[in-house]
Amino acid sequence: MNDSKIAINIRKATKADSKAIVALDAEITGTDKAAYWADILRRYAGARDRSERYFLVATSVDGELAGFIVGEVRAWEFGSPPCGWVLALSVAPKHRERGIGSLLLDALCSELKKADVTTIRTMVLVNDKVNLSFFRGEGLAAGPYIELEKHLD
Amino acid sequence: MKLQKASRYALYAVLHLASEPDKQHSTADIAAEYEISIHHLAKVMRTLVRSGLIESVRGVGGGYRFAGNIRRATLWDVIHEFESLESDIDTPNDLSGTAEIVISGLDSVNNEIDGLIRSTLDSITLKTLLMYGVENLERDHDTANNRATSE
Repeated sequence: MNDSKIAINIRKATKADSKAIVALDAEITGTDKAAYWADILRRYAGARDRSERYFLVATSVDGELAGFIVGEVRAWEFGSPPCGWVLALSVAPKHRERGIGSLLLDALCSELKKADVTTIRTMVLVNDKVNLSFFRGEGLAAGPYIELEKHLD
Repeated sequence: MKLQKASRYALYAVLHLASEPDKQHSTADIAAEYEISIHHLAKVMRTLVRSGLIESVRGVGGGYRFAGNIRRATLWDVIHEFESLESDIDTPNDLSGTAEIVISGLDSVNNEIDGLIRSTLDSITLKTLLMYGVENLERDHDTANNRATSE
């Protein structure tokens, strides 16, 4: 899963990536979520219970974390046949505009195809222009499901 | 959603110029291509120049050239120069009782729809829109070819 043109390697995440993933996420979101990412790594990249769950990282030639993507196969939620869900996608600001997000999404889609998935979905904040524009540019568009929510008192 | 004429003309012009960023086109060229009023388009072009999305090129063969970032500029960046797209229920302010409840409910639905329209337009870059166009045409051609083959 190499792309020599931009010297980025895509591989499965390991526990050793934890610190860099937490730091990258905190840099982008402004919130340190160490416990959350430890749990995601355990469930999506751990040795057990990882069928149809994917956690991939993009690293530069010197091993620095440039980005990551998390996805899984979900099925039969309100009648939806099995489809691929993108749970998270982050690219380090200094590595943006190099096609790393596209490489990560392509790599995840390759894995999902092996699981016989033919559709991918994601959910992005309505004013998150960077991610919305990215996914639209990758060919995603509004689908047959709509997100609904309610504030609980 | 029904866009005002100025917004539609602006989208035609900006997308046309963005599809060939190294070339310049006159207002007359674009008006002829899309079969629209040259006078109305001329006004729209002046607004687009002020917004920085396009620039005018003087001299022989002058016209307009795309001046934005095709991977960053969105459909909303073009449209909001001409309209807010905020729908408005034209009602008096001093309603009470059931009328106030009905209008308040309709307002909340309107706000939801306005938000979805705005975020959709603001998430589609000019580059993505042109990609949609190419893909749609390819799909149409494939469908037509398959139909012709099967007949």
